[in-house]
Amino acid sequence: MKEIRWHGRGGNGAFMAARLLGLAASVYGGRYAQAFPSFGPERRGAPVLGFTRIDDSIIVDHSQVADCDCVIVLDETLIDVVDVLKGLKSDGVLLVNSGKGEGEFRKLPGFADIKKLIVFDGTALALDILQSPIVNTIMLGATIAATDIVGLSDAENAIEELMPKHLAEKNKQVARMAYERVKYGKEYEKVKYEKVKGEQR
Amino acid sequence: MFHQGKNLFLSGNEAAAEGVRLCRPQVIAAYPITPQTTLVEKLSEFVANREFPCKYLLVESEHSAMAATMGAAMIGCRVFTATSSQGLLYMCEMLSYVSGSRYPVVLANANRSTATPWNIFGDQRDSVAMRDSGWIQFYTESGQESLDTIIQAYKVAEHPEVSTPVMVNIDGFTLTHTYDLVNIPSQEEVEKFLPPLKTTNKFSLEAPKSLSFTIGPDFHLESRYQQQKAFHAAEDVIARVDDEFAGIFGRKYHGMVEQYRCDDAEHILTVMGSTAGTTRIVVDKLRAAGKKVGMIKVRCLRPFPKKFFAGLGGSCKALGVLDRNISFGYEGALYTEVRAAMLKPGASIRTLNFIAGLGGADISKADLELMFEKLGGIASGQESGQKEFGQEEQEHQYIGLRWS
Repeated sequence: MKEIRWHGRGGNGAFMAARLLGLAASVYGGRYAQAFPSFGPERRGAPVLGFTRIDDSIIVDHSQVADCDCVIVLDETLIDVVDVLKGLKSDGVLLVNSGKGEGEFRKLPGFADIKKLIVFDGTALALDILQSPIVNTIMLGATIAATDIVGLSDAENAIEELMPKHLAEKNKQVARMAYERVKYGKEYEKVKYEKVKGEQR
Repeated sequence: MFHQGKNLFLSGNEAAAEGVRLCRPQVIAAYPITPQTTLVEKLSEFVANREFPCKYLLVESEHSAMAATMGAAMIGCRVFTATSSQGLLYMCEMLSYVSGSRYPVVLANANRSTATPWNIFGDQRDSVAMRDSGWIQFYTESGQESLDTIIQAYKVAEHPEVSTPVMVNIDGFTLTHTYDLVNIPSQEEVEKFLPPLKTTNKFSLEAPKSLSFTIGPDFHLESRYQQQKAFHAAEDVIARVDDEFAGIFGRKYHGMVEQYRCDDAEHILTVMGSTAGTTRIVVDKLRAAGKKVGMIKVRCLRPFPKKFFAGLGGSCKALGVLDRNISFGYEGALYTEVRAAMLKPGASIRTLNFIAGLGGADISKADLELMFEKLGGIASGQESGQKEFGQEEQEHQYIGLRWS
């Protein structure tokens, strides 16, 4: 079983990302999944958590997630406030939404030992394409690229199902862009994007 | 596990709402309360979208919600309501009106702690406090079981020999707010299983009668005896309904009580609600390590599976009971019930009561392993014949207690 934790602030859509991943893995990916938020009242701006469990057989575990295969941080200011490394397995993956370089994070306590650390500027992409600093679907695309935990098309189907029509298209687009940038590097994605744009013209 | 219909990724509340939709109640009256809110929101959405013909009543309180469902039940409607915690307590007065009048109302309760201390998180103190309200009580393990149990609940409640309301208890947050893959049966299959309600216990111009009337001392014992008889009848009906359900939908919940890997088990843990799922994982792990452990999942607190616990024996040496409630001045309520049912001369099974998961506290796999370890300890103490009860383990254990 794979266990994933999403860190966000109320309003970031961290739980929506957890749900999208679970929906992608189960209904569209043919596997089993579970998704739940940090239980309790919700406040805008307060640190919140989202969790996704994915497995090949039915998931009956109803205890909290302790150890994580992957942790995603939607808002880098949370690193000062909560222990985002808590329970991250020694071979686990950490994704951080930030415009800073990976080196900046490697200096932080505990970060040097992370096997796979991916720092991705989701906010820049969100402002560019979505005209809004919401990075949940972007970091979902980045996570899929880093872990191959579900197929990108399954995630696109999940976005299509869960998000309102006027948001779904652009969110699918940014998820794919983030996926390609993390998977193949920014240059590949840029070339491809311009090619598609050219074809559209 | 999946039969027909479609599979959706739903929260426990949404799954329960789908179950209600498929049963097509004609009247729903509800008042929102965390963590039940998203269940009734989903239902109001279904009704607004005309997914099924239903009158949805926005009432000003839980007391009114139950009163309104009772009113609709009095004219022969299939009805539904849902609540949680303080809402259930506020309904308390009306619960016994409905059960005494024998209306087949179905209520979903999102299990939550009761104030004070104020707490919106899950435990089972709310529904356990309503144990003697005259309602049948189911506890579910998953979103799927919540959906399926609501369908079964109507079938049980409306059975002429039972004619008693049913409360379906769904662990707050742990189930209500957890998304999971859920199979939604087809409307045709559900209608085959659950035909429209037919009852004579209603107001009718053709057959006028009084309902919900006064019964003084002269016939009161008889009326209560009939209620008790209905609960006895429900024991068989619950088992038969579950079998019939399995035949149509391919999912079985073993009636009032399920045994998991108990065949040759020496140390067994009894649980109720969502913890059953986590316990399965721990049992599998300990079994793989050669430990003879098993789980009993109590699905019905009322009627209580008395015969099952009275007959418990065989390989079982130590039985634990996990309670997500506490009856102050005594112990966990389920523990009392289990022990009472097991009472017989020369009984040799040792027992422990674990109080855990109050006010939303997580019940981890490590907690459950610790419980099995303690059961193993008292069983071996008993074998050596040297340790008296209470010397090696306290009978009542508070899991995770930081100070006393």
